Amino acid sequence: MSASNLLIEARGICKSFPGVKALDNVRFELRAGEVHALMGENGAGKSTMMKILSGVYTKDAGEVLLDGQPVEVTGPAHAQSLGIGIIHQELHLMPHLSAAQNVFIGREPRKALGWFLDEDQLNRDAQALFDRIRLDVAPTTRIGSLTVARQQMVEIAKALSHQSRVLIMDEPTAALNDREIEELFRIVRQLKSEGVGIVYISHKMDEIQRISDRITVMRDGCTVGTVPAATPMADVIAMMVGRRLESSEKRIPDTSGHDVLMAVKNLHRGKLVRDVSFSVRKGEILGFAGLMGAGRTEVMRAIFGADPLESGEVHVHGKPVKIRQPVDAVAAGIGYLSEDRKNFGLATGMSVEANVTLPSLSRYLKWGSVLNRTASETTATEMVDKLKVKTPSIHQLSRLLSGGNQQKVVIAKWLVRDCDILIFDEPTRGIDVGAKSEIYKLLNDLAAQGRAIIVISSELPEVLLLSHRILVMCEGRITGEVHGSVATQENLMALATRRDTMAAAA
Amino acid sequence: MSNATTTPPAGRNLGQAKQMVLAFASLIAMIAFFSAMRPDSFMATDNFMAILQSTAVIGVMAIAVTFVIITSGIDLAVGVLMTFTAVMAGVFMTNWGWPMIVGVPATLLMGALVGMVNGLIITRLKVAPFIATLGMMMLLKGASLLITEARPIYFSDVDGFDKISLGSFVETVLPFLPIPNGALIFFIVAVLASIVLNKTALGRYTFALGSNEEAVRLSGVNVNRWKVIVYTLCGGICGISGLLVASRLNSAQPALGQGYELDAIAAVVIGGTSLAGGTGTILGTVIGAFIMSVLINGLRIMSVAQEWQMVLTGLIIIVAVYTDNLRRDT
Repeated sequence: MSASNLLIEARGICKSFPGVKALDNVRFELRAGEVHALMGENGAGKSTMMKILSGVYTKDAGEVLLDGQPVEVTGPAHAQSLGIGIIHQELHLMPHLSAAQNVFIGREPRKALGWFLDEDQLNRDAQALFDRIRLDVAPTTRIGSLTVARQQMVEIAKALSHQSRVLIMDEPTAALNDREIEELFRIVRQLKSEGVGIVYISHKMDEIQRISDRITVMRDGCTVGTVPAATPMADVIAMMVGRRLESSEKRIPDTSGHDVLMAVKNLHRGKLVRDVSFSVRKGEILGFAGLMGAGRTEVMRAIFGADPLESGEVHVHGKPVKIRQPVDAVAAGIGYLSEDRKNFGLATGMSVEANVTLPSLSRYLKWGSVLNRTASETTATEMVDKLKVKTPSIHQLSRLLSGGNQQKVVIAKWLVRDCDILIFDEPTRGIDVGAKSEIYKLLNDLAAQGRAIIVISSELPEVLLLSHRILVMCEGRITGEVHGSVATQENLMALATRRDTMAAAA
Repeated sequence: MSNATTTPPAGRNLGQAKQMVLAFASLIAMIAFFSAMRPDSFMATDNFMAILQSTAVIGVMAIAVTFVIITSGIDLAVGVLMTFTAVMAGVFMTNWGWPMIVGVPATLLMGALVGMVNGLIITRLKVAPFIATLGMMMLLKGASLLITEARPIYFSDVDGFDKISLGSFVETVLPFLPIPNGALIFFIVAVLASIVLNKTALGRYTFALGSNEEAVRLSGVNVNRWKVIVYTLCGGICGISGLLVASRLNSAQPALGQGYELDAIAAVVIGGTSLAGGTGTILGTVIGAFIMSVLINGLRIMSVAQEWQMVLTGLIIIVAVYTDNLRRDT
């Protein structure tokens, strides 16, 4: 692989969205037969950059050279015809269609004057493609019935079917277990040996060091630099966050003597909540670690009454409570902050003020029915000051706030509702680095004030930084408990991938 | 364990098959019930033909809207579009004196044109299908009344027009089987629609759009174009139902048609097509259409008051969708 063998060279790429400059003068290059890792915090612009290369977005400025020739990628189909394939972070498949039908969507082989689809040809082509990457899936299998890992392999097959010479993988291992990751790496290595250039976006340091050749780091929409994969990770992290992270000096308060605020016993629901029991004390931050799809969110939704429980008990302040719907959970003092703020956490079309007082509206009524705006505004102003929400006014529409400030509004709303038990599902997803540390501080403050905090996070460093105690889940069961003082990425990962048989033996 | 790779290919739409068997069983049960209650009148040949005739109109419309519903869209204009195309058939053939060989295709094109406009409003102006087609429904209703000055147009002078629905081609070949042409056309439409849905690219994109539109878009498929085609097809098939109803009444009745869209949508849903999109069959819709018309016919023969007919129909739709939800949850 000669260094001049450049597949893609992008220079001076800029992209703005209303109110945000997502990319500012980004440069990036990819050689044939290399795995080039792209790293950076959430919101650094990695996905935006790749969506520009793959034609999902159009750039505002800058140029992209493919094989040394300038190209304007006009859309996903154009990118595909140029040989640029992308596997998005969220899988884009049609669950009702078969694997083969998904792979060849838009390019179905025809027969009989092109009027009819040639399903036999379709399935044969798909089989050949699956054989090439040694994927053991029947082409006629419905996508919806496959595991996430298999679906992802089908996406890879789909990208390859376009004769892709550039394959962009956006966090491909987020939902995979160890064995599935090995399978993916085998395919990546095979493609690399065939001369395909691979852009690999990931947060997982160990993976990147194993699979990639070079690393480009992005921060706040800019390229920080490109370094060999052998660069010490501490240096790469320093590039990502713009400073060296001070080694964790967190102090874990001793909460063992505090009252148990909430205890759950033998919860069951479907495959992802199996015999889950745990308790959380006043002033404690309890972390939940595990891979995507381990059942953490499902446990919390079941506790909160968003999905009905099959069996099990929830005790709050030592008394059993019957939670059938979220209303019951809120009445018991449990607040749930969904990972998907836009869809479940915020009424994005309403003002900050309206959101803050929404769950407690009955307290802001005059004569039992008319809104008491003065009281509502006073509370909203108080909360905005207290949580340092950056907003021009409490009347600002919440969708116009940044991710971090939206999260603060959600927190404010549960604080106003006097929830003692706050469940945070991926509290910093989509939030930039600066706002992250503010959210962390806020969680610590809330715990110090005597609330019980449960944090689900897929980012192990975040769980390690925040939690006083960590429970690890795998396949719907709690596979272990680790005290914050002794937890490491390694021992948490070991528990997170502990399968049924081993869990039973332990 | 949970990583079993392949489920049997037969599992493609097990839940949907179940819903269809359930729907078919309810249809048989309904026929058995009415036959037992009114053996003379319900089982009479005449009545059977009447059921076939009324199923044909609702059934063709339901087939049209099945395509739209599988894409997870909706078309509320189909009922009034049936009337509008019937009115236009009257304008073409009675008022302007066009021969049937020109008037019939022109009527179908008219339906397709309206469908295309629906599709364009939805894709280009980005108006939600519910609103776009609701607006189109009101617009067409007004247009039908304006064109006709609220009076029916008769086809008495159009030779053979009534044969479209009422004649029996089958009987001329098989004298013992007086199946009306309307029913024959319904079955032909059903077979063709089923082929389009299962064997052609249009069918593939119809399912794909309802399953995950964004994925289709990112695969480089021209999503808007296919959507417009689906709505156009829906409009064209509605034109067939317009011809069927006009031929059967030998007139275009401008005030007819409102509310038919709900019967058609109900037939689609009873037949196991999900309003969420991605799944559905023409056979299911055909069964659903028969359930609707057998129910209405049977209740009328049992002299159940019309008000009670409505109440019962409403209940049956709710129960049908409820059982559909149950199968989805499990």
